[in-house]
Amino acid sequence: MDTRFYRNVLLKTLLLFVIFNLLLAFLPRTPGKDQLSLYNHLVPGRQRFPFGEAPQQAYNFSLYDLDAMFSSHAVSARSGSEDELRVFLLGDSSVWGTLLKPEETLAGRLNAAGLSCQGVPVKFYNLGYPTISLTKDLMVLERAMRYQPDLIVWLTTLEAFPLEKQLASPLALNNPGRIQPLVERYNLPLEVTPLAEDFWSRTLMGQRRSLADWLRLQVYGVMWAATGVDQLYTDYEPAAWDLEPDENYYEFSPPNLPNEQLLWQALPAALDLAGDVPLWIVNEPIMISAGANSDIRYNFFYPRWAYDQYRTELAIRTQHLAIPYIDAWDWIDPHEFTNSAIHLTPDGEHTFAEELKLEILDGLCP
Amino acid sequence: MSVADVLLLTLVAVLTRLVLSSRWGAALRGWILLGLSVLAIFWLQPAMPIRFLDFWLPVLTLAITLCSWLLTAEKEQVRSKQTLVTTAFLFLLILLVALTRHLGWDGVLTANRPPQTLQVLVGLGILAVLAFLLGWLGKSTARWQGVGILALLLVFIFLKLPDLTLWLSGTVRGWVGQSTANASALDIRWLGFSYVAFRLIHTLRDRQAGRLGDVSLQAYVNYVIFFPAISAGPIDKVQRFTKDLLQPVTRDLSSFADAFYRILLGLFKKYAVADTLALVALNSQNAAQVQSNGWGWILVYAYAFQIYFDFAGYTDIAIGLGRLLGIRLPENFNRPYLKPNLTQFWNNWHMTLTQWFRAYFFNPFTRSLRTRYRQLSPTWIILITQLSTMLLIGLWHGITWNFVLWGVWHGLGLFVHNRYSDWVKPRMARWGDRPRLQQAMNVLNVLVTFNFVALGWVWFALPQVSSSLQVFARLFGIGC
Repeated sequence: MDTRFYRNVLLKTLLLFVIFNLLLAFLPRTPGKDQLSLYNHLVPGRQRFPFGEAPQQAYNFSLYDLDAMFSSHAVSARSGSEDELRVFLLGDSSVWGTLLKPEETLAGRLNAAGLSCQGVPVKFYNLGYPTISLTKDLMVLERAMRYQPDLIVWLTTLEAFPLEKQLASPLALNNPGRIQPLVERYNLPLEVTPLAEDFWSRTLMGQRRSLADWLRLQVYGVMWAATGVDQLYTDYEPAAWDLEPDENYYEFSPPNLPNEQLLWQALPAALDLAGDVPLWIVNEPIMISAGANSDIRYNFFYPRWAYDQYRTELAIRTQHLAIPYIDAWDWIDPHEFTNSAIHLTPDGEHTFAEELKLEILDGLCP
Repeated sequence: MSVADVLLLTLVAVLTRLVLSSRWGAALRGWILLGLSVLAIFWLQPAMPIRFLDFWLPVLTLAITLCSWLLTAEKEQVRSKQTLVTTAFLFLLILLVALTRHLGWDGVLTANRPPQTLQVLVGLGILAVLAFLLGWLGKSTARWQGVGILALLLVFIFLKLPDLTLWLSGTVRGWVGQSTANASALDIRWLGFSYVAFRLIHTLRDRQAGRLGDVSLQAYVNYVIFFPAISAGPIDKVQRFTKDLLQPVTRDLSSFADAFYRILLGLFKKYAVADTLALVALNSQNAAQVQSNGWGWILVYAYAFQIYFDFAGYTDIAIGLGRLLGIRLPENFNRPYLKPNLTQFWNNWHMTLTQWFRAYFFNPFTRSLRTRYRQLSPTWIILITQLSTMLLIGLWHGITWNFVLWGVWHGLGLFVHNRYSDWVKPRMARWGDRPRLQQAMNVLNVLVTFNFVALGWVWFALPQVSSSLQVFARLFGIGC
């Protein structure tokens, strides 16, 4: 019985395990750097961020590592270039394209239009993410700036403004280390407690979830490349047409929308983050219902009084900050919405893109 | 089985090994293994929507094992005291499992709450009467053994033919007062029935041929339901298994290390490699979505490796657990994708299944054709026997057209290789002094064989012929 051999194997295994963990724990980590990724190298970059709850059907899933998300996106294939004008579209699920194929999203439609400016093609990048929160958008914008956009188009809606919505986005909630500096820098009225990073969380064991996510993301990249599928398209319940006779918006009641409960501070913050790059704000289309109680509410999300006040306030604040503003709220026929008052059908998205591209060309290429 | 299940079984096996290596543990080895395996088949049996079926199917496994033994055992053995004690032990264990319903152990030992005690007692009473009749009437004759084999094949057909399984599900649902409208072919998932049937048929056939020898009921049940190999093999031989059962179990470190190595290797193959490859392996969903032939090939190759690592991983775990318990289960895989021809592939892929079919179908069928149809040329005999053997192996996986075509694919492949081999051998002999050329040919042969097998998986992986044909068209750029 050669016990020495097995003892040595065990000791060496333990030693290697400890060394590997210590290396991982003490290696300097720099958030915000691109990660090692198959995307944009062996498989094409994704047209939109990874998101989804049915990985095996959609070849896509939700993760919270923003660096990994960007590394899987086509936008990270290069940072800036002479041969294209890069337009980043920021926003929520309506920009990301819930129930839409990548080519049917706003970015997909705009790219299909083949816009160019003085012979330089304009390329649109879908940086939307399917949760509604301005803070989440700020976090994405800050990370996106390293890819040198030529224009940032931020599509938003009232639902993204309430303070209570800001950290409801799991992406924002799980990135306190990124949100906290933004809160401090721009004096945002949000309470974020960054997680103290202890030794354990830096080891192999502590990082097992993010490592597993990274691995899964790479593997699903193969399926994304093979099929072009990145979302599960299921039957859906159409957005409510007949509405409740409810005048309240969250806990806000008419007649005044309390501005202190909305994150208006996000607008100057985004302007600052964009630096020299032009930033545009688009008030995204909403479904304007003509069903029951539509005299009280525009749709499931918004009572009329609240939304009208928001539009007015947004126009004033953008003008004050000299941010180009496009109010697209009523551009789309109410029957061109799918499962939500902000999600468009492929045709609706096409119409939106046709209208928006003229504005973009005017601004980008006067 | 999840990783946690495997780790738990490993822990149980280690503790059992420690007990078995003691003096009284060695004396009780057969009983301890029997008890463990009986409990394990209840524990491993997946939950089913039909009421109490996840309790009754393991009982049925034990019942058919008992009946098969009665059909193979000598009269004196049937009436021995040890048989009576073993039967009582089995009945007692079943009863104890049933009694856990009163302890609130739902989901601990059985997937769902066991049936009422009275119902279990009635079931055991029926089984006892059946066993008594079989033993008393002394039905250990070749004819009755044939009847046993036919009965097992009939059950097998019912479980593998979706329409019959659906009918069976509806019928059983009717018996237990459940809605037949919800019946599904997926309702009846009998843990390890295929492997149990292979083992039982092996003993019945060997008994018919006079090759079985004396096997006690305790050893027989241990062999058939040995828990490491119940769900995915390998298919051992009872003569070899019982020899191991008589060997003393030691506590030497090297055998522990050997077992752990196999279990760890199996865990890695199954849960790290195979489960990762499963994300990109060909399936009915992605077969319709794949956009180019290049990616199509990657999906097919991913499936080829996934199925290998999955199955080989389970086998490693089974072999490792077996070694912890002092049983050296046979190997099932030996680098099959590195073999230079299809015949060698099948000699090294799911080896125990191939050996089983060779022993109980291919060889007897070949002998029968040679003696009964002397006018048939050897070429025809090879074609008929290889095609029919592979067809049966295909049908064993499920009675569908895709498995039929997979069997035909391999049957014809083996036949073509057989003919080609005869043709090429004298020509290859001339290259005896050119080792590099031989080496290059070997590499080419491995690649051709692997690709043939990988393409065969297109039939195997997909449920419909039309989708398989679409994948073939995509792979070869036909019509797209």
